[in-house]
Amino acid sequence: MIKRILKIREFYIFLIILTISAIMSFLNPTFLTVTNILDVIRSYSFMGILAVGSFVVMISGGIDVSFTAVASIASYVMGIILSRLTGNLFLAFFIVAAVGIILGSINALLIYFLKIPTIVVTISTLNLYYGLLIFFSKGLWIQLLPNYIKRLGNMYIFTLVNNKSGALSGLSIFTIIWIIVIFLTWALLKYTVIGRSIYAMGGNSEAARREGLNIFRLQLFIYTYMGFLSGIAGLVHVGLNQTIAPNAIVGTELTVIAAVVIGGTSLAGGSGTLLGTTLGVALLAVISNGLTLARITSFWQNVIIGFILIVSVSITAYQNTFAKKKISRVKVD
Amino acid sequence: MKNDFLVMRNVSKSFYGVKALKNVDLTIRRGEIHGLVGENGSGKSTLVKIISGILQADENSVIEVDGFRYQKYNTNNTIQKGIQVIYQDPSIFPNLTVAENIAFNKIIEKGTKFINWKEITRIAKKAMDRIKIELYPDTLVGDLSLANQMLIAICRVITTNSKLIIMDEPTSALTSNEVDLLFRVIRILIAEGLSILFISHKINEVLEITDRVTVLRDGEKVGTYETKDLNYNEITYLMSNKKITESRYIFNNEDKEVLIEVKNISKKDNYKDICFKLYKGEILGISGLLGSGRTEVALTLFGMNIPDKGEILIDNKPVIIKSPIEAIKLGIGYVPEDRILQGLIMEESIGNNMVITILNSLLNRLKLINNRKKENTINYWTDKLKIKCTSSDDLVKTLSGGNQQRVVLAKWLVKEPKIFILDCPTAGIDVAAKDEIHKIIRKLANQGIGIILISDEEEELLNNCNRILTMHKGRIVKDFIVKDDIKKRIN
Repeated sequence: MIKRILKIREFYIFLIILTISAIMSFLNPTFLTVTNILDVIRSYSFMGILAVGSFVVMISGGIDVSFTAVASIASYVMGIILSRLTGNLFLAFFIVAAVGIILGSINALLIYFLKIPTIVVTISTLNLYYGLLIFFSKGLWIQLLPNYIKRLGNMYIFTLVNNKSGALSGLSIFTIIWIIVIFLTWALLKYTVIGRSIYAMGGNSEAARREGLNIFRLQLFIYTYMGFLSGIAGLVHVGLNQTIAPNAIVGTELTVIAAVVIGGTSLAGGSGTLLGTTLGVALLAVISNGLTLARITSFWQNVIIGFILIVSVSITAYQNTFAKKKISRVKVD
Repeated sequence: MKNDFLVMRNVSKSFYGVKALKNVDLTIRRGEIHGLVGENGSGKSTLVKIISGILQADENSVIEVDGFRYQKYNTNNTIQKGIQVIYQDPSIFPNLTVAENIAFNKIIEKGTKFINWKEITRIAKKAMDRIKIELYPDTLVGDLSLANQMLIAICRVITTNSKLIIMDEPTSALTSNEVDLLFRVIRILIAEGLSILFISHKINEVLEITDRVTVLRDGEKVGTYETKDLNYNEITYLMSNKKITESRYIFNNEDKEVLIEVKNISKKDNYKDICFKLYKGEILGISGLLGSGRTEVALTLFGMNIPDKGEILIDNKPVIIKSPIEAIKLGIGYVPEDRILQGLIMEESIGNNMVITILNSLLNRLKLINNRKKENTINYWTDKLKIKCTSSDDLVKTLSGGNQQRVVLAKWLVKEPKIFILDCPTAGIDVAAKDEIHKIIRKLANQGIGIILISDEEEELLNNCNRILTMHKGRIVKDFIVKDDIKKRIN
């Protein structure tokens, strides 16, 4: 049992998170308080949801970098429509989901019919989507949001009052959305035929084709699912920031992908776990929050994320060469 | 006939006016192991693609499966009729478990949306029981040996209603023990009434396992024969229409100088107490199963596997070879077994593949590539190794296996090695091409190059080497000098 745990990558990420947390709480005791932890989980639910979508794409052997543009457009379109209509939360949800699904399916169509690497397609659509958004929005922010959107930001399942400042804290609705997304995606990948097919395709795409999987349908599902989650994340972002800025999200896509990779998902596709991905997000959250509380400039955050990425990828590479070496052993009498 | 499962008559296939198959007839009976042999380009793979429905045959071709004559025959028909292909690289998913890999088709076929993990394990266990193998259902298939992966592919195929299994070069990467295991499984399937179409370059295996053999040559059928009426030489003759009489390589090591001497080298978990000498102009054979340490020794000479103990002398001077670059400087060349992956850039031209490692020596005074010098080198070796191509600008991937192997040899020969290590140089190459490669190897030896030939094939070693080392569990267990008059077994 212990041997098995030692082989699991997630265990090491967890250890690293614990170590960093210990150091951070030593530097600033507020770090390990319930309110701080709940706040961090709340504000990272946006990135966490996007990481889940990226995880699914990467399991299939692809990569999508356009999701930040999709999330931006979804939230912006929602902002425009809701400022002209009397609506409600369900309509808001419907709009972001629909926009995400449409843009995601465009990605899927391009990927399937052009037969070029997914990264090339999605870099193109990232620029295309984002360029169109900036053109039509003229870069203007949307400040006037309906009350039912604004109220999302203060919606908690249970609340705690932070004694010192009197500010509200608790288990946010955003955290709940993140948890639901994780759980649904986990069940999808584990207990549905399409989920297992995504793993199969990522493991050996040629075999998937030969064994009669409908690759087009799979890719359509994968990229619209990514689009759908991007839309949801867009809504979460609006709730967290209480404003819609067209340029607020684009630029974070590589951090999200970094979290998934740190979590142990293979860039070649086929292997990785949602737990790892979530721990990857948690690790970035702990570093970023810890450094802020320790009053270290945010530029260092990028340096540290880059460093952790290198270490984590090298560990994977080292484990792989080790596994290969084991195969070529000869029993010598 | 009632007993015929698949009947093909008059099957032709043209690609852009070129006939790849000409009026081929093929009948596969129920419960039969039918061999299909032919050289590269004889139309084997085209025929297999037509049987499996991937390619459609030309008009006037007749295809009957199970007594039903098809006008249009495609993959839907083949799946429905239970015709399945197992490829050389089995279609497995390395990141999924044994159980999932086996149950994969069954689940897809059922068309349900959700996964029942218990059912998957049950399907997998049933399939494994049927062919009497035992693997832990939760193991990841990527952790299994290639032979086991092949068995997983077979298990998967038999979970659905299979009648004919086409095995396309299934043994090309298996060790002899694994081949035995595969054959045992094939016999179990035959006993259940399935038919097998067995395609292989390895004629000995075809002779061992099949009931009947169909031979193709240049897109035409030479004939279908009862296997028991054929022998090795007859099949090769039918395939190539050439009488190949392998002569022996005669080598006389009196007064010859020692090129390399290996003294008692050992490496933990690799090999132990390896000693041998290689003379100028000698062809030294190394036999042994995969995993006997033979490749590990070869890699040591090429600087990729540093020994713990012992000494290597080149030209009587002790050397330590720490990297391939040092090995090349000492005049050692190494052609790995997997020439496609390690030796050649398939999307590049023949010429560029040949000179890629010696570009430094082809520069002019401005440090740019001297094209005339490059062309001369390329033409010299294309000519000398008789590489069949319209021009040396053709891409390597357009060549047959035998010609690709010649390009690999050329790539090393341009460096003028003194010691040349060849790891299974004729694996997967057809008989006539094999003979040509052997001639090239002998010619090189005659010019004074010392050659170490690693091979699985007894015939190849006995015909070409004057001395054979047999390795087993990391040691040399037999050191055997081949004499003209004796034809002893190696093992």
